[in-house]
Amino acid sequence: MRLLEFRGGRGRGQIVSKRGATCGPQSWAVRHRRVRTGYAACTQARTSVRKRQRAWFGLVEGAMQADAKIRTAGGTEPGPQGPGCSLRHFACEQNLLSRPDGSASFLQGDTSILAGVYGPAEVKVSKEIFNKATLEVILRPKIGLPGVAEKSRERLIRNTCEAVVLGTLHPRTSITIVLQVVSDAGSLLACCLNAACIALVDAGVPMRALFCGVTCALDSDGTLVLDPTAKQEKEARAVLTFALDSVAQKLLMSTTKGLYSDAELQQCLAAAQAASQHVFRFYRESLQRRYSKS
Amino acid sequence: MAEAAAPAAESLGGGRARAARTVLGQVVLPGEELLLPQQEDAEGPGGTGEQPLLLNAGARSRVRVVCGPGLRRCGDRLLVTKCGRLRHKEPSGGGGGGVYWVDSQQKRYVPVKGDHVIGIVTAKSGDTFKVDVGGSEPASLSYLAFEGATKRNRPNVQVGDLIYGQFVVANKDMEPEMVCIDSCGRANGMGVIGQDGLLFKVTLGLIRKLLAPDCEILQEVGKLYPLEIVFGMNGRIWVKAKTIQQTLILANILEACEHMTTDQRKQIFSRLAES
Repeated sequence: MRLLEFRGGRGRGQIVSKRGATCGPQSWAVRHRRVRTGYAACTQARTSVRKRQRAWFGLVEGAMQADAKIRTAGGTEPGPQGPGCSLRHFACEQNLLSRPDGSASFLQGDTSILAGVYGPAEVKVSKEIFNKATLEVILRPKIGLPGVAEKSRERLIRNTCEAVVLGTLHPRTSITIVLQVVSDAGSLLACCLNAACIALVDAGVPMRALFCGVTCALDSDGTLVLDPTAKQEKEARAVLTFALDSVAQKLLMSTTKGLYSDAELQQCLAAAQAASQHVFRFYRESLQRRYSKS
Repeated sequence: MAEAAAPAAESLGGGRARAARTVLGQVVLPGEELLLPQQEDAEGPGGTGEQPLLLNAGARSRVRVVCGPGLRRCGDRLLVTKCGRLRHKEPSGGGGGGVYWVDSQQKRYVPVKGDHVIGIVTAKSGDTFKVDVGGSEPASLSYLAFEGATKRNRPNVQVGDLIYGQFVVANKDMEPEMVCIDSCGRANGMGVIGQDGLLFKVTLGLIRKLLAPDCEILQEVGKLYPLEIVFGMNGRIWVKAKTIQQTLILANILEACEHMTTDQRKQIFSRLAES
């Protein structure tokens, strides 16, 4: 794992908080950076790519094994799977926004999502549920107004989160997850799920398990590719996204597009479950690092 | 398909619960299950038939353990619901197995009975005030809940005032209620907070750290300037010093305390003491 240190801090390998110290002409030994983004207010603000890149110091990066891709042939049962699975390089950053109660930025290869969580907060009487929390997900695309595709992704993410968040502990409140697409290079929904999970943990929302998203793409000749890029997704004959929980790698949500057979579905699910172990291990390391610095 | 899902890599604790004692001080993640001391004795031998013979077959005497914030009871185990470090406190009196809780870092406050908080009066409706405490709904404060208040002698509270009080009713099903008197009817420091000063917000973890009995930050700050300070468990701090500049300096020190090591803090204090 690479650790980027920045001057003045006590060798933080990760972001703990970024509130700026604004006290007149005096400057402190520890200089904080204020991340100016408009995401917290759910507006159409966009940050420039350069500002995002400046926030990369102190990232927790996950090193992935780049082993052979998993091959399946027809409908036969695959042999013992190889130890590796080709997920792209990922990284995450927590508590980078000052307004939301919890925030996280998750990167998978070139796909990057910024998530903010508000809650448990006040809810409008029309939307309140008497015995559990109202979960809302807002997904903003990188350019343009949100459309039907965003609405459907929001619904998938909300269904996943509702299965995991202990809403009965906070009835008549609202928990809002705001996701902003910073860059999209394939497996967008999986990245959104990962960012939402880390942001929920950062906000201290009680959950019964962690969850992660994994995308698989099936080629025309049956090759299974995990964490496909945008090009691979376009050329694939089927793209399957799964949300898995951390306790027993159970399936929380699955959404699929394209043609595939029953056996292929099982193979993709198995591959996704194996890949989710890596993602959960990355979560654990990044959260341990966060708490070790405080 | 089952083979691929077999734990080739380490699993996140799924299916394998760890003893709470062995995890103390470590970071735990939501979804992990913890075994209480009573159970691990029984499961230790792993069902090899070496369990001690119990004279009263049936109910085993359990150690009574209090489940604190971040933990939930799940059958006879503890389920972790928040990410943080697992802590344990031994029981002071006799009996019981102590308290287990998860020390997590959070910004959003959830009202808890008995907590002392700083609230902002947002509305006066009839005989009660609505006070914003940073939770999901405003708390209600009756005008009779002040020291020496009667129906004829109403307290002088306006919209926008700062109130320091404690919760008497705070659960997930009801609107939180706060009062500014203790159980004997005395104010004990609670009530309307005076004029001037600065109110600012910090994380809940910092407040707990500053209010810990062995925290030296407060003593050092007190040596710096004479000041008045009020800590609310909802993450709000009110501070007042002689001049505005001193007040701002104190506010910035307290906000920055969260991320500074002891040495950096001492450095800054010594620099300020000189100037």
